[in-house]
Amino acid sequence: MADVQNTTGSTTAGSIEVGTAGAGAQLAGPGTGRTSVQQPIDARVAVKPSFDVNDFPVPTGREEDWRFTPLHRLGGLHDGTAAAGERGEDKVEFTLPDGVTAETVGRDDARLGKAGTPVDRVAAQAFSAFEQALVVTVPKETVLAEPVKIDVRGEGGVRFAHVVIDVKPFAEAVVVLNHTGSGTRAANVELLVGDGAKLTFVSVQDWDRDAVHVAQHNALVGRDASFKSVVVTFGGDLVRLHPRVNYAGPGGEADLFGLYFADAGQHLEHRLIIDHDTPHCRSNVAYKGALQGQDAHAVWVGDVLIRAAALGTDTYELNRNLVLTDGARVDSIPNLEIETGEIVGAGHASATGRFDDEQLFYLQARGIPADEARRLVVRGFFAELLQQIGVPEVQEQLMEKIDAELESAV
Amino acid sequence: MATLEIRDLHVSVEAENGPREILKGVDLTVKQGETHAIMGPNGSGKSTLAYSLAGHPKYTVTGGSVLLDGEDVLEMSVDERAKAGVFLAMQYPVEVPGVSVSNFLRTAATAVRGEAPKLRLWVKEVKEAMAALQMDPAFAERNVNEGFSGGEKKRHEILQLELLKPKIAILDETDSGLDVDALRIVSEGINRVRSTGEVGTLLVTHYTRILRYIKPDYVHVFAGGRIVESGGAELADKLEEEGYESYVKGGASE
Repeated sequence: MADVQNTTGSTTAGSIEVGTAGAGAQLAGPGTGRTSVQQPIDARVAVKPSFDVNDFPVPTGREEDWRFTPLHRLGGLHDGTAAAGERGEDKVEFTLPDGVTAETVGRDDARLGKAGTPVDRVAAQAFSAFEQALVVTVPKETVLAEPVKIDVRGEGGVRFAHVVIDVKPFAEAVVVLNHTGSGTRAANVELLVGDGAKLTFVSVQDWDRDAVHVAQHNALVGRDASFKSVVVTFGGDLVRLHPRVNYAGPGGEADLFGLYFADAGQHLEHRLIIDHDTPHCRSNVAYKGALQGQDAHAVWVGDVLIRAAALGTDTYELNRNLVLTDGARVDSIPNLEIETGEIVGAGHASATGRFDDEQLFYLQARGIPADEARRLVVRGFFAELLQQIGVPEVQEQLMEKIDAELESAV
Repeated sequence: MATLEIRDLHVSVEAENGPREILKGVDLTVKQGETHAIMGPNGSGKSTLAYSLAGHPKYTVTGGSVLLDGEDVLEMSVDERAKAGVFLAMQYPVEVPGVSVSNFLRTAATAVRGEAPKLRLWVKEVKEAMAALQMDPAFAERNVNEGFSGGEKKRHEILQLELLKPKIAILDETDSGLDVDALRIVSEGINRVRSTGEVGTLLVTHYTRILRYIKPDYVHVFAGGRIVESGGAELADKLEEEGYESYVKGGASE
């Protein structure tokens, strides 16, 4: 694929800002006694994180973190009308391997809200309005033989959800959260990865075409723990996901992988923040998306902060988009802010390319019809990323989903 | 017996100041089992002929006809031409990231043959063809043309020629950018395909070097968008000695 920095109707912007951690700079994080700090990335988010929806003004669309999102298609999740409306139902099925517990708990359960705080009005709305939370616990030192599966089928209406996945120290788990069906949904997902634990969390958005889904994923990665997030978004009218990573101790690793396929009219938005405020942690982000059709829109914003205390940080983020037809739009914005030079590495890359006529000609000249050629290229484009997940069963299932999507869409 | 008939072919490309005619009336008949060398100076239009026959969208046919066994090739889409038996080995094969050689070859073979080749036989067939071209088996797992050297790209093109078994093979500057060893290996591959007697070969080249390995039945000199002289293999010897100067000077080339 020819990497083009600016495909018509798309932006690929980015910034690297290197701040100075001088005597006057009071930074947040462990040991500083501070819980928040004004940083450029933080500053772009107009309001401080809060669990209370009333702490956030209704977004107008001019805010930095809302400027790409078509607010009128949010089904009122952002302005209180969804919360005031009628609730819908979800059909939820669990596959729980031995050793795992899944509980439905009330709002006052002490285990909720540990991994992070809502950073925008919709996430705060979800936290303010959910009725019951789901808590999945993998006990200490338990290594699961099979993935935990949570299949959520939306049956219309509005729902606010809260999920906690708590993987205790030295436990190992793969958790697959699969979304199908329809409705207007807002959720917070907390991912607690205990010291020395390993969690692979897969969130599949295979919604019906009319669904609206907004969710914040907060991961808190323990000392020497390993966290993998795999986000796969195909369906829905508007999907906006906000995966965030914080580190609770040194030696933590986070890999965030994402795949999305936007068809005509779909808005698929992924905004990531990795907050390195702890020394000797690693993060790696790779998101790949394909788009086709009029007004298919993908937004990817990847923010990485390396705060002054985060010595020895190693981070890289990548976003690649493949535009298959005219009329699609990509906004891809990686941001990296570095407040210490004492790091292993930091980098980012973003490119939006077209499936070009020469590739199509080459494949067609070998007898492969145009639609099959497109499928072959997109499949290859995604397979490259899937191979990095490292969980064969999950890779195979996702490849099947991708094949089904390509079969019906391309 | 398969026959490709090119009659009075005119082809244009879109240029800055409107369409520009590159091919100005090409006549050529290629029969199964024959090898025709098309030789000419840079810019004479010989690559345009190759790409036009394969159906590249950049070229617009403005006149003439191309028939394969009486079927109108110009009416066919690019993939239909390949299925009908036209194969173009490209001078600059395109990278296809994320698609492995083995997946690509099998997809192409399935499309051209009309059914998926039986897996065990197919694996053996590919293995043997790769070995004959002195290609490392690990090559099959690499992405199509990605990071290939010039020699690897050309071997990969000839590998496809051997596996897809076309009726008409158009080889566009297959010899360019190859060292002597690679040229020999690639030429041997082409000769294996020719020796079946089932393919008509159109060898497009600037240099006579490859003709030491592949003996053409006919040599055509291409200049100014048409064939200006045809002869047997001896014509190549004349070109080797005299170059294209006399054809260019004659005002035939632009």
